[in-house]
Amino acid sequence: MIRAWLLAAESTGFEAPSVKEFFPPVALFADSVFRMTRINLIGMLMTLVLVVFFTLAFRRPQFVPRGVQNAGEVALNFVRVNIVEEVMGAKGAPFTGYLTTLFFMVLAFNVTGFVPGLQIAGTSVIAIPLMLALVSWVVFNVSGIKHHGVGHYLKNNLFPAGVPAPIYLLVTPIEFVSTFLLRPMTLTVRLLANMMSGHLLLVLFFSATSYLLFDAAGFLKVFGLAAYAMGFAFTLFEVLVAFLQAYIFTLLTAVYIDGALAESH
Amino acid sequence: MSVLAAISGNLNAIGYGLAAIGPGIGIGVLVGKALEAIARQPEAAGIVRTNMFLGIAFTEALALIGLVAGFLFV
Repeated sequence: MIRAWLLAAESTGFEAPSVKEFFPPVALFADSVFRMTRINLIGMLMTLVLVVFFTLAFRRPQFVPRGVQNAGEVALNFVRVNIVEEVMGAKGAPFTGYLTTLFFMVLAFNVTGFVPGLQIAGTSVIAIPLMLALVSWVVFNVSGIKHHGVGHYLKNNLFPAGVPAPIYLLVTPIEFVSTFLLRPMTLTVRLLANMMSGHLLLVLFFSATSYLLFDAAGFLKVFGLAAYAMGFAFTLFEVLVAFLQAYIFTLLTAVYIDGALAESH
Repeated sequence: MSVLAAISGNLNAIGYGLAAIGPGIGIGVLVGKALEAIARQPEAAGIVRTNMFLGIAFTEALALIGLVAGFLFV
């Protein structure tokens, strides 16, 4: 009976996923500036989850951690040791708070890409990656300017040492574009493109499974099983990519801050 | 003269496909060298890995610019 219902609903040929996946129908407050789609609601839900998790973990901290506090400490230590201390050493201590927040926000928003029921990443529309990249850009530029002063900071970045004088005509524009324009752009697009393409792949594989298994001609049904296997494999891949993209975003921000604070050499 | 065959579709996709060749090779070489370095001297793994990610960020930037170039150059 369910199969007959599916056949009746999907007998219009295969609909491949498109960019419209990322513009779902408005769920709340339509026709006003506060309109929210499923993706915004997922973002708010994951913010709530993060706040609740860290509040529960560190509400009454014990010297010997147990339970949720243990998990919270493992999480915080991962960012502090593996990202901040490895990249920046001791001088990275003031930036640990921002980098931890960044890492867990990107991770939580990425993870919803494969959580059953949610199944779209909060970072798969450009607003969140763009905002985070712009905040990171402001952080590394302002920290560099505060440490070196405007002139010295620009000189370190735009006129790197050890270059013969006439070559500066070539190097300085490239350095300017690379440091001040490309960094936030690539941070944004790297995260966005990974999450968008992962989502489109998963939608493609699972809708192909449904179409091939139920609506296709006889011998094509076997490919439905292949599509299902690919969907399974790519869901596991998405788990890896969610974590990896959060790690890379935070690591690159830490590297950029370290570069901004470094003395010229 | 009559048209014998034609391709239709978006040129952006071809542009991105061509743009991804170089960074693909570049990142492959970079990670391979980083793996060799880590295998030769495991205690340097931390600093090698950090620099590897930095190199990947620069190389990948070109592939990502290829992705958006289709939208930039109208």
